[in-house]
Amino acid sequence: MANELDFEKIEQSAARRQKIVKVITYVLLTVWAVVVLFPFYWMILTSVKSYSSYNAEYVPLLYTLAPTIQNYMDAFTTVPLADYFLNTVIFTLATTALMLVVTIPAAFAFARLNFRGKDLVFTLFLSLMMIPSELVIITNFVTITNLDLRNSFLGLILPSVTSVFYIYLLKENFAQIPDELYYAAKVDGTSDFKYLMKVMIPMCRPTIVTITILKIIECWNSYVWPRLITDDEAYYLVSNGIQTIRESGFGRENIPAMMAAVVVISMPLIVLFLIFHKKIMAGVARGGTKG
Amino acid sequence: MERQNWKAWLYLMPAVLFLSAFLVYPLIDVFIYSFEEGYNSASQNFFGVGLYNYEYVLHDPYFLQAVKNTFILVFITVPVSTALAVLISVGLSSIQKLRDLYQTVYFLPYVTNTLAVGLVFMILFKQTPYSDGFINSIITFFGGTAIDFIGGPYWAKMLVLCIYTVWVVLPFKILVLTSALASVNQDYYNAAKVDGTPKLRIFTKITLPLISPTLFYLIITGFIGAFKAYSDAVALFGTDLNAAEMNTIVGYVYDMLYGNSGGYPSYASAAAIILFAIVLTITVINLLVSRKHVHY
Repeated sequence: MANELDFEKIEQSAARRQKIVKVITYVLLTVWAVVVLFPFYWMILTSVKSYSSYNAEYVPLLYTLAPTIQNYMDAFTTVPLADYFLNTVIFTLATTALMLVVTIPAAFAFARLNFRGKDLVFTLFLSLMMIPSELVIITNFVTITNLDLRNSFLGLILPSVTSVFYIYLLKENFAQIPDELYYAAKVDGTSDFKYLMKVMIPMCRPTIVTITILKIIECWNSYVWPRLITDDEAYYLVSNGIQTIRESGFGRENIPAMMAAVVVISMPLIVLFLIFHKKIMAGVARGGTKG
Repeated sequence: MERQNWKAWLYLMPAVLFLSAFLVYPLIDVFIYSFEEGYNSASQNFFGVGLYNYEYVLHDPYFLQAVKNTFILVFITVPVSTALAVLISVGLSSIQKLRDLYQTVYFLPYVTNTLAVGLVFMILFKQTPYSDGFINSIITFFGGTAIDFIGGPYWAKMLVLCIYTVWVVLPFKILVLTSALASVNQDYYNAAKVDGTPKLRIFTKITLPLISPTLFYLIITGFIGAFKAYSDAVALFGTDLNAAEMNTIVGYVYDMLYGNSGGYPSYASAAAIILFAIVLTITVINLLVSRKHVHY
């Protein structure tokens, strides 16, 4: 009898301990979630505070009672934010489209076609992944300058197009399509190109969507190359735009308007992420690194 | 098997053209640049071949400052971020409810513009005549004294840079580690449970060895990424990093190439090659260490 009671007690205390551990885990995880989200909250909060109320707060308040959209209007009227935005959209779409035009045929050749030296060429391609962009950017800068392509979309786009990693990712996916399909298509007299367009691309759509989204993120956030190659504000992308806004845009003290600009340029990717977060996270987990 | 030589090369052509023009040729060229002495990008000639560019860079106080900053940054942020990522992902995989939500939230910084969110960090940490800023308000609330983290003493600036870097790199590490933890075979844990193994022992004897390849991958890519730090610093301290004493090696390379002190691709090349010699050395050391500790 006494023994049974003891068991019960031990079980109870073990359950209690497990519960405590669980509560602590949730508390700590929530703390980190707050650390992650707080800057986003702060930028939205600051962007709706009026200029005068922001500057009147010696100790910044965690809320505002009189939200305003004036800062957003300022962001679009005092600085060419809409132009930066449009430039980035053009740059992102053109680079991503070109990336697909380059990547898909290359992946197709490696996955489907037979040619002399295929394994060697593929290994060479893979080894290119190890070349750090910081090394090649120097010559690219000189090349683009010599071609007189500074301050042009062509100069911005061309060196940003290729990503060996995406060719690799897509090739792996293409290779999973059973050979029988290809032979069947051949018997029917389908050309390779038609087979690629009508069978392989539709079948591998998820991977193509993933690499497209990853490329869009990379383009939207790119800073170093655009900064080197453009000094004419008419070609600034959002990253350079925000840097210009910070250094001269609204006058240094108009923080709320600056935050409104930050919200505007962060939004597209956050929306994209909320829609595609499963795909993006799966794609990155497969080996993407921050470009 | 029928060979499709010319057709395959046709499909490969765009990729080969782009890669050779913007990846292979530049890689070779950067070495050539680094040995051309007195190269002038306006007249495109040089008057000698040798090691002068390396010598110049290695004696440049700005470069030495950049090297110091980069090393401090690397050796603080890589261990801190890796340890934090392990803690968070172990916590994440021990819960069921809300796990997806937490995971999605944690990944959010990955998709945001480093420059833009860096401005938010700057504002949170900055002290101006009109306001102490948010972080300083917390510090003074707990009885400390306010410090200007953005324009103040060196260690304060370095601290913000480290905090921001950790914030930026964690999403990737957490994601990769949680997927590694999810793929650990549950049988090991069940067996340990039957034996009544304490939790800490399960962690050090089962979990850590099983995720050690992933952990090691993260440490290597973490080192490489941290050595290339640049845009985080720009986001916090502006484009003139030399004035802020916060320049990094990559920042030095770009400054040499372009900007107020720019126009010297040879110095830039030499600095970039020095950087990658350092990165290569560290990676090799990592690989040697891992042979002893990683279980494949």
